[in-house]
Amino acid sequence: MNQVTGQEFIYAMSAVGAGIAMIAGIGPGVGQGYAAGQAAAAVGRNPGAKSDITSTMLLGQAVAETTGLYGLAVAIILMFVKPFK
Amino acid sequence: MGNGIVSAVSAFTGSGVYSPLLEASAESGDDEGSFMIQLLKEFKIGNTTLHITTTHVSLAIVVLVLVIFAIIVNIKLKKADENATPGGLLNIVELIVETVDNMVKGIMGTNAKRFVNYIGTLFMFVLLSNISGLFGLRPPTADYGITLPLGLITFGLIQYNGIKKNKIGHFTSLFQPIWFLFPINIIGEFAVPLSLSLRLFGNVMSGTVLMGLIYGLLRPFAVGWPAILHMYFDIFSGCIQAYVICMLTMVYITDKIGD
Repeated sequence: MNQVTGQEFIYAMSAVGAGIAMIAGIGPGVGQGYAAGQAAAAVGRNPGAKSDITSTMLLGQAVAETTGLYGLAVAIILMFVKPFK
Repeated sequence: MGNGIVSAVSAFTGSGVYSPLLEASAESGDDEGSFMIQLLKEFKIGNTTLHITTTHVSLAIVVLVLVIFAIIVNIKLKKADENATPGGLLNIVELIVETVDNMVKGIMGTNAKRFVNYIGTLFMFVLLSNISGLFGLRPPTADYGITLPLGLITFGLIQYNGIKKNKIGHFTSLFQPIWFLFPINIIGEFAVPLSLSLRLFGNVMSGTVLMGLIYGLLRPFAVGWPAILHMYFDIFSGCIQAYVICMLTMVYITDKIGD
């Protein structure tokens, strides 16, 4: 049986870490879905304000997305930059 | 591991400095499926080596297109008859200018006149950068070296206008509502450019990586149907992000100076 070198182990664990980092995607998914649902309800109540509601919703969703993007940045660094050598 | 952080940062920005990111894409060897920043040419000036990457090329193309567009519109505008109704290209330009004007006025109110030029420029540049993935370029905004300066410009605008408007109150507001929140307020100030730039970078980068994976892994089957994904990742996501970065820039500035 071949021995796993330390370097290979580090790469493998980096890939696992990248996968775990993307669990951060759950939060923005829930948050954006909630915002979209509330916006749909608001449009149903007041169809005249549709454009205002849409722009507000997009702005809020973009801010809610930030945490997920931090997770993505960590995953990309772990996968492609390989900081631990 | 000692210079891990340094190499991570330099690889993340990619432009100008040689990085493991470039090395990784050169090692893999396939030029079709690779979606990372690629090294095209090296220059030696004295002791420093300059690296021309795909980001530089696509950035130059985007800026060139914008400049040519501006020159053409300028020439047409000077020749235009004031009394006649505008047609063709001028009509479209009028539409764009009016949309941006209304957008800025809706958020910034009376300060709109001072910022409409910068916001319009930012919007056009980011929009064209994002949708340049459609034309086979690697989007310049998928490089942290492009989006961080955009965030820093916004940071500079916020601080400059805040100090100009509130004088010493700009700094005392950091101790509001109670003095021991000062460190949190400082972090909040510096999180603005970071989150602005990371948002744009992350969105465009994830689109680029996903499209690269699809073209790389599903090469024999990737015929025709990736157009739908291009529509989402390049056009829809690109337009939304261009809109969002402009809106957030305006909101942050208005937060400091009032409307």
